[in-house]
Amino acid sequence: MGYDTLIIGAGMSGLAAGIRLAQFDRRVLILERHSLWGGLNSFYKLKGRVFDSGLHALTNFARKGAAGLPLTRILRQLRLSYDELELGEQSGSRILFPGRSLAFGNDPALFFAEVEREFPAQVDGFRRLVAELPAYDAPPATDPSASARARLARYLDDPSLIEMLMLPLCIYGSAREDDLDDEQFGFLFRALFLEGFARPAGGIKALLDLLLRRYKSVGGELRMNSGVRRILLRDGAAIGVQLDSGEQLFAERVFSSAGHDETLRLVDGPRPAPAVAEAPRRLSFFESIAVLDAQPAQLGHASTVSFFNHGERFRYRIPDSPIDTHSGVVCTPNNFARGTPLPEGMLRITALANHAHWSSLPEEDYRAQKQACADAMLDSAARAMPELARVREHTLLRDTFTPRTIEHYTGHIGGAVYGSPHKRRDGSSGVARLWLVGTDQGMLGIVGALLSGITIANQHALAEARA
Amino acid sequence: MTQDEVIIAIKDIIAQIAPDEDLSQLQMDLRLREQIELDSMDFLDIVMELRKLYGVQVPEKDYMELATLAGCVKYLHPLLEGKSLHCAQRA
Repeated sequence: MGYDTLIIGAGMSGLAAGIRLAQFDRRVLILERHSLWGGLNSFYKLKGRVFDSGLHALTNFARKGAAGLPLTRILRQLRLSYDELELGEQSGSRILFPGRSLAFGNDPALFFAEVEREFPAQVDGFRRLVAELPAYDAPPATDPSASARARLARYLDDPSLIEMLMLPLCIYGSAREDDLDDEQFGFLFRALFLEGFARPAGGIKALLDLLLRRYKSVGGELRMNSGVRRILLRDGAAIGVQLDSGEQLFAERVFSSAGHDETLRLVDGPRPAPAVAEAPRRLSFFESIAVLDAQPAQLGHASTVSFFNHGERFRYRIPDSPIDTHSGVVCTPNNFARGTPLPEGMLRITALANHAHWSSLPEEDYRAQKQACADAMLDSAARAMPELARVREHTLLRDTFTPRTIEHYTGHIGGAVYGSPHKRRDGSSGVARLWLVGTDQGMLGIVGALLSGITIANQHALAEARA
Repeated sequence: MTQDEVIIAIKDIIAQIAPDEDLSQLQMDLRLREQIELDSMDFLDIVMELRKLYGVQVPEKDYMELATLAGCVKYLHPLLEGKSLHCAQRA
């Protein structure tokens, strides 16, 4: 007997879509190529410690039951308990530019006060910008290529403030070089600056366990180590998949979280032409994670997430060098409120990186360059935050991943963390009965990815049966 | 199912979908959305649960009929005739 829906990828979006469908008695199977679920937001074990692969923080923090916020909506739609997430709120985050800083947290009043302190002449424009943010349920933009920079320039005339705002917005969710789709601006601005950051006490694993338990409890099926080799079509519509093992599975529809171009490459038979002729430039990152013998706060680093930039202008482009040391993000899971502190300190440093460089390196150079770049990033971060100069002497263990690692585990071309710059808001792939969930559908972050799976499941599987 | 049981059935479904809401003070003739936090995604869930639990199909054009508890009773009572109440929370 065939399935109602086959889902490619057991990441956040695939699990959320699976829960929605299984919850209403649809027969659903999620296929995951790897032996771990989670996709970009997964976890791994190294020397007896659990590392989160993607998670810096859960954005879109909401208090329990807070009306109308994305976190409240996804928990409701997936019937997950808020309390089981055991969210710890951030201690506070900041944006650092030469000679300037802006602190922000989960109370937007702090951010308003900071903008007023650092940019007194801009505060009225900033208030209008926030007051006129598009609502969550605003209709889709008429021009999907509209620019967030252009929106900011309508309200603010100090380029320094615009650069400072763009830094976190780009690094936490833009697939587009030197800009952000205006369509995503409202969501991201609220997610980062108005709602804020939190972390499940158990890290990403706790959230994934919760999702997986829920999925299985409503009868969803999951197969690990089951890569999809081909998406099968009949009369131009998706009817199932063939696995790497050769096995064929059939369904009423297929959801794919593999990315738009990546999904079309799997289609067996005539494929729709790509929306844009030239290959898109995809942004990827380098990240090093240091385990410390001290809490970061003891070293003088009390901030949860610190975005830093060394110049006046923030450059958000694929760098010509292996990594871009002009900007970066430092975050630590220790600086979230919770019951018991984490036993060890942990510090993550993230920077833009050049995928082509990392994927062409021979193995021995690759290892050496990882170490050299991790050192360079720490030096760069310590220029913005002098207390980080003490991190090296307190480091017990360091792990590093590159665009090559990200490509391997997510299957996304170019190790693209935020997918293709061309988003498909309606989830359409160009092939009938084949829908996109996840990054290339255009919702970002963990909450965005969950919302993506929910929305596509509602629109293209559950609502269909009502008509 | 009696009319009172239809109310229990609907409240039970809402409690399942929106466990944080207090349903004890719900008025019959006021729109549900004005009394508790329910968005269009939640209404989809009410309809899906009715289908799952009782085999009742509510076409999209009739969603408006479910806006109040009184409307739910009027619309659903004939459709639930002869069906027995079973609670979503215990199903």
